[in-house]
Amino acid sequence: MVSGTLSIDALLDKMADETRALITRRNLKDPLMIGIRTGGVWLAERLHQQLELTSPLGILDISFYRDDFTQVGMNPKVQPTQLPCATEGRDILLVDDVIMSGRTIRAALNELFDYGRPASVSLITLLDLQRRELPIQADVIGGTLALGPDQLVKLNGPDPLTLTIRQRD
Amino acid sequence: MFEATDPNALQLTSDGQLRHFLTTEGLPRDLLTEILDTADSFVDMSQQQVKKVPLLRGKTVVNLFFENSTRTLSTFELAAKRLSADVLNLNINTSSTKKGETLKDTLMTLEAMHSDMFVVRHADSGAAHFIAQHVTPNVAVINAGDGRHAHPTQAMLDMLTIRRHKGDFAPLKVAIVGDILHSRVARSQIHALRTLGVDEIRVIAPKTLLPRHIEALGVKVYTEMAPGLRDVDVIMMLRLQKERMQSALLPSEAEFYKLYGLNRDKLAYAKPDAVVMHPGPINRGVEIESEVADGPRSLILDQVTNGIAVRMAVMSKAMSGQLSQHGEISEEEQA
Repeated sequence: MVSGTLSIDALLDKMADETRALITRRNLKDPLMIGIRTGGVWLAERLHQQLELTSPLGILDISFYRDDFTQVGMNPKVQPTQLPCATEGRDILLVDDVIMSGRTIRAALNELFDYGRPASVSLITLLDLQRRELPIQADVIGGTLALGPDQLVKLNGPDPLTLTIRQRD
Repeated sequence: MFEATDPNALQLTSDGQLRHFLTTEGLPRDLLTEILDTADSFVDMSQQQVKKVPLLRGKTVVNLFFENSTRTLSTFELAAKRLSADVLNLNINTSSTKKGETLKDTLMTLEAMHSDMFVVRHADSGAAHFIAQHVTPNVAVINAGDGRHAHPTQAMLDMLTIRRHKGDFAPLKVAIVGDILHSRVARSQIHALRTLGVDEIRVIAPKTLLPRHIEALGVKVYTEMAPGLRDVDVIMMLRLQKERMQSALLPSEAEFYKLYGLNRDKLAYAKPDAVVMHPGPINRGVEIESEVADGPRSLILDQVTNGIAVRMAVMSKAMSGQLSQHGEISEEEQA
């Protein structure tokens, strides 16, 4: 098991390369990158720049779509989702910092489809913590991490972007 | 009138979250700002293809209207539906209370249907407060207007409308015009404007329609439009209830319109970019001239749109507060 603070620049380079390959392989035309607030937006900003994408970056806030409202209540600091262009018929690159249960991505997909019907959605995440509870997988992953039952991982940003792994209080 | 206890002890959880929304009086600025921020997100959402989020899925909202209101009822209904709740509308003045059922009995009957939230409108001041004191602990109560006391969601939709048009509250001079005496809207507006920190709040009305000691709320009192509207940024008109004419508080509608009705000439006293608001329904030619109500500076229809978003924000925050209060909310989560 690991703990401490890690820089993620190397992981970002690897993700950019794999995303470039994905765009070619799937023949994605002018893909629209969308980051999930907050960590996903920080990562998407970096990737958007490295990949020199032409469509502006979108921001998704899934607070209103979470399936755990009855367990965690509402985020007091909800911010608007900002999609700079129509998603209808577009190839979407969805970016988040961590995938674990898959529930965040489920919520993000629900929200995304309320805006229209994209041609495709690919998922890019920095870390896969495994422990999936839904049949959702990422297309590009920076790395896989096996956390102990009492460990938490957190992305700090936006600049510099670092990862912190700590014991749960 | 019902007995009153400290409203904030009732409407906030021990850690300061909203669990009922009864009055804007005494609520902290941060909480009002959070409501406006959340509502802003809902305004954006209403431009989506699908104008619905799953936040209150599986929850039952009962609109309990002891007093008629088309606009408030329909925006509350739409707000609850856009949050995916199941909605029941009850006009009580036409049903059980006529048969002699007490408010408590009505309440117990509705609770037996496992409702999660009551939206209450009542002609008596303190009715929502009374219901909040007597409901089952996990049921949220939203005040949709009680007597002359408060209409907090109306005040908050006005605040949202002002913020979306003017940005910052701090430099604003705001005038509230009309029947201040009988207006629950005015009271809730004054409390909210004060907490959000506007530069100046003015009330403009004939002496007969001003409550005594209104200055104690921190407002400047004017009995004439010309000095009252000078250099204001926002004009909030109130509806004149026609029954006030019969109680001899006013000589006539025509007289009121001449002195206090907002027309283009009087609007010219205010700042050139001043905006005009009205909670509706408007009495054209009594409080406001059609050219002003339909003019470029009128925000009356924006207020209706923002009303849905504010009610969504208040409902979801109160439900969230109720859930946290009753230990259904876990501490930490990982994506």
